[in-house]
Amino acid sequence: MKDIYMDHSATTPVDTVVFDATIPYYSYDYGNPSSVHAKGRSARHALEKAREQVAALIGANSREIFFTSGGTEADNQAIVSYMLSNQKRGKHLITSAIEHHAVLDTCLYLEKSGFDITVLPVNELGRVEPESLKAALRPDTALVTIMHANNEIGTIQPIKELADIVHQAGAVFHTDAVQTFGKVPIDVKSIGIDMLSASSHKLYGPKGVGCLYIRKGIKAGSLFHGGPQENKMRAGTENIPGIVGFGKAAELAGGRMDELAICLTGLGKKLREGILLRIPDTIPTGDPDDRVPGSVSVCFRFVEGESILLMLDSYGIMGSSGSACTSGALEPSHVLLAIGLPHEIAHGSLRLTLGKDNTEEDVDYVLEVLPKIIGNLRKMSPLYSKGGSN
Amino acid sequence: MYSVKVMDHFMNPRNTGCLDNADGVGEVGNPVCGDIMHIEIQVKDNVIEDIKFKTFGCAAAIATSSMVTEMVKGKTLEEAERITNRTVAEALDGLPPVKMHCSNLAADALHQAIENYMARRDVR
Repeated sequence: MKDIYMDHSATTPVDTVVFDATIPYYSYDYGNPSSVHAKGRSARHALEKAREQVAALIGANSREIFFTSGGTEADNQAIVSYMLSNQKRGKHLITSAIEHHAVLDTCLYLEKSGFDITVLPVNELGRVEPESLKAALRPDTALVTIMHANNEIGTIQPIKELADIVHQAGAVFHTDAVQTFGKVPIDVKSIGIDMLSASSHKLYGPKGVGCLYIRKGIKAGSLFHGGPQENKMRAGTENIPGIVGFGKAAELAGGRMDELAICLTGLGKKLREGILLRIPDTIPTGDPDDRVPGSVSVCFRFVEGESILLMLDSYGIMGSSGSACTSGALEPSHVLLAIGLPHEIAHGSLRLTLGKDNTEEDVDYVLEVLPKIIGNLRKMSPLYSKGGSN
Repeated sequence: MYSVKVMDHFMNPRNTGCLDNADGVGEVGNPVCGDIMHIEIQVKDNVIEDIKFKTFGCAAAIATSSMVTEMVKGKTLEEAERITNRTVAEALDGLPPVKMHCSNLAADALHQAIENYMARRDVR
């Protein structure tokens, strides 16, 4: 049985080097960083080293990095704590229609609590138009949160341009960079990012750890109360093995970023173009060029995503979809609807996200298997005979 | 998440396609919600002699369609009318709760096909 994992936007395997780096912190160097004794000091040292490794990846100062339990917590902390701490500045918040639910649902939570939210539309490639951001900004806009790259369609936003517009209006800019952190170069200072969320398990680090970058001078706060950890920004004993792994993963990602991006961009292009060439009635989604390296997203007309995934799985190929059935909801993905796809096409979405261990042979195998699967499902589809090309 | 039977009917669906001379046709669902089931029957002497289906949808939608065709082939119309979405799901050793509503419409498509057959017969 083949074992071809192409779901790296969901999660990645922990790099063996990363795993090895974490081992001492479970049963030997298990101290609490808040303790004054030798084991406590050792854990503190590891914590601060990881903070520097993570900071270095985005050009931040290590004092601007606050570890969290992952990207979701970082998004929640950025949005909720900033809005609560800056109510004098205003109670208006801007986001986009294609954000991860960690951002969208957090914004909706604030809306219920009396804050005012504007959700920006995106164009058919999944980009926020700078003009629509300009039009939405108000004197009472405190925060704008727009993701760096979309998890479903891969499109990378022009965040420098967006951040500049936000700053001209006197507001603060947060970005969910979970899909780009460690994959594309990010320099928070030159881009002008005020807050940034990242997650370890998307870059070959362990699950359950992430971070929030908060630029010096930005007034945010803690979601958790009951301890002085993370410079009073996150109460609770630190997840030292996880944080050490995150640090190591960030260091490794920085070292191989350019090389890996070139490789994955090439493989992704081959896969995307191969699919479009071999399978008619296929609609590519997202920006064809400005996208996360190795991210391939398409919609196949006349078939449904969960069926595609289970058929692929039977061949040992693991991908994901934004169809209603795979989300556990009755609606297909909000991202696919936001880029203007009709429901019936959005139901046929497939996302294959490549990673460092995927090979050219893997791509060839998918290109051999996928047309058969789509062909068989279409033969069974009542929509195909009605509206299909044969 | 799916039973062995569901996966078997999904991976090896029975009775797919169309009939050359269908006596009754039924179709339920719509593309917006992501499930369409189309069933065609051929009836002789009150017995469903042949049956074919085409389905757009998830594995549960395809498996329930396949199962219902297998359950009624060779059965009388009265026997076929007694089959419900629930008995189809039971014959598949159950479906995940979330699928019970949206993807379990195959018996409805079958009943529509029978109604369609009867309406056509009455016209003749």
